[in-house]
Amino acid sequence: MKHIPAIELKHLTKRFGKIVANEDISLSIREGEILAILGENGSGKTTLMNMISGIYYPDEGEILVHGEPVSIRSPRDAYPLGIGMIHQHFKLVDVLTAAENIVLGLPGRQRLDMAAVATKINQLTHRYGFELDPFKKVYEMSVSEKQTVEIVKMLYRGAKILILDEPTAVLTPQETHRLFDVLRNMRADGNAIVIITHKLNEVLELSDRVAVLRKGRYIGSVDTASASIASLTEMMVGKRVELNIVRSEPKQLKRRLAVKDVSCVNPEGVITLNHVSFTLDGGEILGIAGVAGSGQRELLETIAGLTKAESGEIDYFPPNHEPQELTKLSAVEINRLGVRLSFVPEDRLGMGLVGPMDMVDNMMIRSYKRGGHFWVDRKAPRSLAEKIIRDLEVVTPGVGTPVGKLSGGNVQKVLVGREIASNPIVLMVAYPVRGLDIHSSHTIYRLLDEQKRNGVAVLCVGEDLDVLLALCDRILVMCDGRVTGIVDARTATKEQIGMLMMRTEGSGKP
Amino acid sequence: MMSKLHGLREPLFHVSKRDECGFVKACLIRLAAIALALCVCAVVIFFLTGLNPLEVYEAVIDGAVGSNRRLWVTIRDALALLLIAVAITPAFRMRFWNVGAEGQTLAGGLATAAVMIYFGDRVPSALLMAMMLAAALLAGMLWGVIPAIFKAQWNTNETLFTLMMNYIATQLVAFCIVFWENPSGSNSVGIINQQTRAGWLGELFGLTYGWNLVIVVAVTAFVYFYLRDSKQGYEIAYVGQSVNTARYAGISVRRVIIRTMSISGALCGLAGFILVSGAGHTISTGIAGGRGFTAIVVAWLSKLNTFTMMLVSFLLVFLEKGAIQIASQFSLNENASDMITGILLFFVLGCEFFIQYKVEFRRGRKAVRE
Repeated sequence: MKHIPAIELKHLTKRFGKIVANEDISLSIREGEILAILGENGSGKTTLMNMISGIYYPDEGEILVHGEPVSIRSPRDAYPLGIGMIHQHFKLVDVLTAAENIVLGLPGRQRLDMAAVATKINQLTHRYGFELDPFKKVYEMSVSEKQTVEIVKMLYRGAKILILDEPTAVLTPQETHRLFDVLRNMRADGNAIVIITHKLNEVLELSDRVAVLRKGRYIGSVDTASASIASLTEMMVGKRVELNIVRSEPKQLKRRLAVKDVSCVNPEGVITLNHVSFTLDGGEILGIAGVAGSGQRELLETIAGLTKAESGEIDYFPPNHEPQELTKLSAVEINRLGVRLSFVPEDRLGMGLVGPMDMVDNMMIRSYKRGGHFWVDRKAPRSLAEKIIRDLEVVTPGVGTPVGKLSGGNVQKVLVGREIASNPIVLMVAYPVRGLDIHSSHTIYRLLDEQKRNGVAVLCVGEDLDVLLALCDRILVMCDGRVTGIVDARTATKEQIGMLMMRTEGSGKP
Repeated sequence: MMSKLHGLREPLFHVSKRDECGFVKACLIRLAAIALALCVCAVVIFFLTGLNPLEVYEAVIDGAVGSNRRLWVTIRDALALLLIAVAITPAFRMRFWNVGAEGQTLAGGLATAAVMIYFGDRVPSALLMAMMLAAALLAGMLWGVIPAIFKAQWNTNETLFTLMMNYIATQLVAFCIVFWENPSGSNSVGIINQQTRAGWLGELFGLTYGWNLVIVVAVTAFVYFYLRDSKQGYEIAYVGQSVNTARYAGISVRRVIIRTMSISGALCGLAGFILVSGAGHTISTGIAGGRGFTAIVVAWLSKLNTFTMMLVSFLLVFLEKGAIQIASQFSLNENASDMITGILLFFVLGCEFFIQYKVEFRRGRKAVRE
């Protein structure tokens, strides 16, 4: 039986209108292996997996499960075949418990025996090394716990072939580590696991084999043991890519922003920023490191005027002008004062851009008020959109396409392109490369360094410490809403920053 | 487990998204849907009533546009419905669920009637018209802006709030009718200024409802371009799509909500003005006649495109007038004609699916075998 693959894809093709998402893909997934699927943004990885899990139906080609040709018309057909997919966005009911979510939609008798369900769940979690309380409500869970519920839900339905779409994008390094242990246990149990990810070091750490897609086509697969980051990138992009992050020397530093003793409380009464102080100069990149939720988002939103500070002071130093205090100003007022502050928020399509609108209308967000007319001028934003498409190699059918239909990397290029186009004095970016492939990521790094060389003060919240250490001049570390240290990125080590990220109350008094 | 696999056959058909559907093709699909709906209606009419469907259709057309007078009554009512639909569009574009058009229209009508009654014979007609118009706009605006202020300041539920405002407007009209009763004891206001015709919208281009036509078409065109090309329209779209993005862009969400509802309410008030001054020349609790709610259907059927609303509102009023005719001519009750309307709407709405998607059948696919 060993030679029959768990899943075999033969000549699969899927088109969306004129766009060919997958073209003639033949690929097999073996039992007892972890297969990583690699590809740039928009190369068709998710579409391919959606066909296996029954969300899309292929236009051409066939799928064989354990050697038998099958037809998977919906996820309902996928379950009896033992196929389960864990999506990037979880599909759980918040007000139900883990166990209730897991059995939701399963056939059964009139009376639900929750105790028996919980026992079965505990057996599963014990077997693979998960930690999960079956009676905890989903709304009380962390992202990683929700993901666990999704995985257990699939296992409970008898999934032997598990597909995970970017499972680590939302996890902390520790949670990622735990997830990988679980996946290895499942592999040892003979399951087939497919993981879609952009993080090449995770691919090398976890997978047995790597399959590469490029522009909807299957390029080939290699054994992970014989692969390296450089070789995988070359397969993905189709040419050799320079993977060094350029860091130019800062020169002519000029004070642009001073944050003094700023504190913030969220509507639930939790302290999100605790006496934060730092300065930011034009011509440098200041990185912000920290475990997700340590106050990074609140810090940027407070500076941008989207959240009110409880106390403290934020000063902005424009060139050739008197300093301005931004502390009490809202985004509306900051906008009106003409403060040249650009902000690439973490939530790209929920805050930075409007998904259903086209590129032209999304470009106007910064500039539409200009000129005293009643009517908007769409000419300038249109040429800006065209310029961004050209300069940043945005893949889109045209400026009239809704930005929500673009792939993640292209959405980010549109957003970063727009924010840079408004000639900022201060540029704030939050997780600028989250979900982006390596090629797009390096485009973004290059843009940030270019801004710095032009004298812009850049504030960059990041999650990958290697990248922050290579890109930034200084790194500010946050923990629990406090600044636990500001280090020189040229001399600091990952371990040193890791220590600062974990510094707890008491030991962390400056 | 293997035995289960054999049960999974390729589906008979599957649905996939179309490329951009050409304008001509979309029109053909819609025409086909209407033709199909008429066929289904014919079958239903024949089997339920035994009447000749063609005769029934003829009666519908006759009832709606059969004579010059009938045609103009249909146009007049379609215009009123269209204006209210256009009026609520800015609010819906902002995702502000304004179900208070009924009350806003009534408020406008009430204000118009009040000016006509109290100032009808005392001021020159041009001034009277201006006063009526201003009063109607202000009253409608007031009725629209109250829920908006509460929404902007305290995030109250606008659906409930605007709905409740309808009842207040209705009761207010009922209250005023008691004062303005004419002749006394009739419990109605009667035709206002019947002798002097003061405050009546006159003829234009020799057409009885010429003014109605000009005003409504002008407003329809203005709102279309206001929403598409003005800065305010752009802000409305942003607030509607994502409040977070609007805040991020430095747009004052509160101001946009209040401003947009003022406009929406004022335009509903204008509809009240037209209903009183340009059509009924009286005020009663029924002058809006449920149009404030039908207008919601018109607006969404037209996907908030004000030009499409012209067609949709005419179609709905056409069917309504036709329904009244077949009800009297064949002594059927009006439910029979409601059924025809329902079947027609079902097909017209359903065909949108085939404009968005195409259906592929099993046989049409290339089999790939090795």
